[in-house]
Amino acid sequence: MTPQDSGGVQRGSVARLARFFDRHPRLRLASFLSGPGAWLIVAYLGSLVLMLLTSLYGLNDFTGKVDRSRTTLENYRQVISTNGPYLAKIVRTIGIAAGVTVIDIVMALPLAFFIAKVLSPRWRRFGIVAVLMPLWASYIVKGYAWRTLLDPAGGVFRKTFHVSPGFGQTGLIMLLAYLWLPYMVLPIVAGLERLPDSLLAASADLGGRNIRTLRSIVLPLLVPAIAAGSIFTFSLSLGDYIAVGLVGGTTSVIGSVVNSNISTNLPFAAAMAAASIVVVGAYLTGARRLGAFDNL
Amino acid sequence: MKSTKRSVAFATVGVLALAACGSSAKSTTAGTAAAGTAAAGTPTFNIPKVPTLDKLGAGEGALDIVVWAGYAEDGTNDPKVDWVKPFEKKTGCVVAAKTAGTSDEMVSLIQSGGYDGLSASGDASLRLIVGGDVAPVNTALVPSYTNIQDFLKNRPWNSANGQMYGIPHGWGANVLMYNKSVVTTAPDSWSAVFDPASPYKGKITAYDSPIYIADAALYLSKTKPKLKITNPYALDQAQFDASVALLKAQKPLIGEYWSDYTKYQQAVTSGSIVLGTSWQVIQNALTAQHPPVEVASVIPKEGATGWSDTWMVASKAKHPNCMYMWMDWIASGPINEQVASYFGEAPASKGACTDADGKTLCADYHADDKAYSDSIHFWTTPTKTCLDGRGDVCVPYASWVQAWDAIKG
Repeated sequence: MTPQDSGGVQRGSVARLARFFDRHPRLRLASFLSGPGAWLIVAYLGSLVLMLLTSLYGLNDFTGKVDRSRTTLENYRQVISTNGPYLAKIVRTIGIAAGVTVIDIVMALPLAFFIAKVLSPRWRRFGIVAVLMPLWASYIVKGYAWRTLLDPAGGVFRKTFHVSPGFGQTGLIMLLAYLWLPYMVLPIVAGLERLPDSLLAASADLGGRNIRTLRSIVLPLLVPAIAAGSIFTFSLSLGDYIAVGLVGGTTSVIGSVVNSNISTNLPFAAAMAAASIVVVGAYLTGARRLGAFDNL
Repeated sequence: MKSTKRSVAFATVGVLALAACGSSAKSTTAGTAAAGTAAAGTPTFNIPKVPTLDKLGAGEGALDIVVWAGYAEDGTNDPKVDWVKPFEKKTGCVVAAKTAGTSDEMVSLIQSGGYDGLSASGDASLRLIVGGDVAPVNTALVPSYTNIQDFLKNRPWNSANGQMYGIPHGWGANVLMYNKSVVTTAPDSWSAVFDPASPYKGKITAYDSPIYIADAALYLSKTKPKLKITNPYALDQAQFDASVALLKAQKPLIGEYWSDYTKYQQAVTSGSIVLGTSWQVIQNALTAQHPPVEVASVIPKEGATGWSDTWMVASKAKHPNCMYMWMDWIASGPINEQVASYFGEAPASKGACTDADGKTLCADYHADDKAYSDSIHFWTTPTKTCLDGRGDVCVPYASWVQAWDAIKG
């Protein structure tokens, strides 16, 4: 039992601590954030910085180990060199990520509209679960399933439609679009739920038909939500290296280069990874301008 | 206000990074060549001095090894396939085996420390030797070594400067495999996978590793003798560029590159791949599955590359006695036969060919055929110091990796 004086003020170390934090609100906030903050700064940002620092080293020609005695920009020179293959890979990866994003937007919009506006609130929950269910299956399992679908010699597409995209860039975009679709649908559903039905009614009253309403009212209001969803599809596609190994055929992307260099030439792999950080950073700046960060 | 918070965050990160950097600064090890004479035509390397075990003591009770899948079976995959538990009972060394998928992974693991040894393929072993990550092996402490096939001793991928660095385990060739029902005329040359006018364009495969550049170099050594390629792993810039150009020209023929052999097996079964470089074990798996795929393989007239695996002791090994006991165990006749039979490779020990099953195994894999083994150019790490003794004019492996990126496009 903590002793109390006539003023009702409690003594004891816990009480003292509580009073201390009451008087110093900034320290109280800092102590709450110290755990997650340490995780973010030390584990996440710290390891990113260490990786970027590694990209400034070279390799010892004879032992093949990282030579930390001097720094060099040679790795970055090789990445951006127009004579080398890496710029083409980076552009190709950006193209694949953009393609996946566009396909997912086109697929997600009608699906999200149906879930958010057409389904009754009870069925809406089932709709969301249905969209999320593929996420319960392992990535590798889904990858191999698509391998069976796309196989140019005897896969499901070949047997049913007598034509198949085969293993290559097309197949890769299809698999990635399938994998990330739930991440595009959910922010758009959230954005549509924020859209008052009265707006749609008002637009109809003013003579706007469905297409016009969609084009002038709904889509502009959905741009932040679409941008939020596109962050997932773009950055996840940009960094992927497993899907390309399963259905990509001979396609090579940023992730493949990092994966193949990581044990033999760690500094170069770090430089490639830095290139993808730059691309994603630019994309995030653009997405932020479109209001994506308020819609995540 | 926002900008000060941001600068504080960056400053914290910066301080942490600098602190970590300072503690990990390493100086490159100066090399002193190990004593011993080198065979004519092989280079002498600058190898950091690493102590060798000179006396076998008592087992330390534990063993941590890095292995290829299938090399350290303890009965969990198939109760009848187990050579780890008998070893543990005999020596008291409890085995903890870490499976790695590629040579590059193995090199990374050994360099990071915490392991006593590994089953190194030739494209990892030399890197580890020159980097001082593995210790010279005192073969007098391994009784099974005397029974190893002589043509596997003191080879470029398991020895340096005249000193053995491991105990040979087994070997195999990268053969040219083809689906007999599709490729009706048996190919006899690697031109089958390099011919731009091939009727199997898009259904050909190649091994997904920079070491495959050696296969192109091997082909060019016979078809373009002007390049004067004698060792496909010792390529000067001109020879290297020619090999890379050949592989870039090959790319449109390739359906998929392979490194996972179960995926390769599935691709041949479905028919998306009909022809390409392969391992004997994959051919066996395809002919044994239900329904079987009729595949055959040849070693083309230009020869073939291959792999020869060696058990090596890590220089930072905490349990060197157990490691030596393991190497003696797995290189002994009956155990070597068991492993080679399960994995599908030629056993290194002569004792693996003595009983009835062993005779079949050794015949299938040409285990005691020195001429067959000599026709195979085993994987070995290309180093700047040319492996054929020409001096420091050759292209090192790191450049092979980058060239491979360029080949994949």
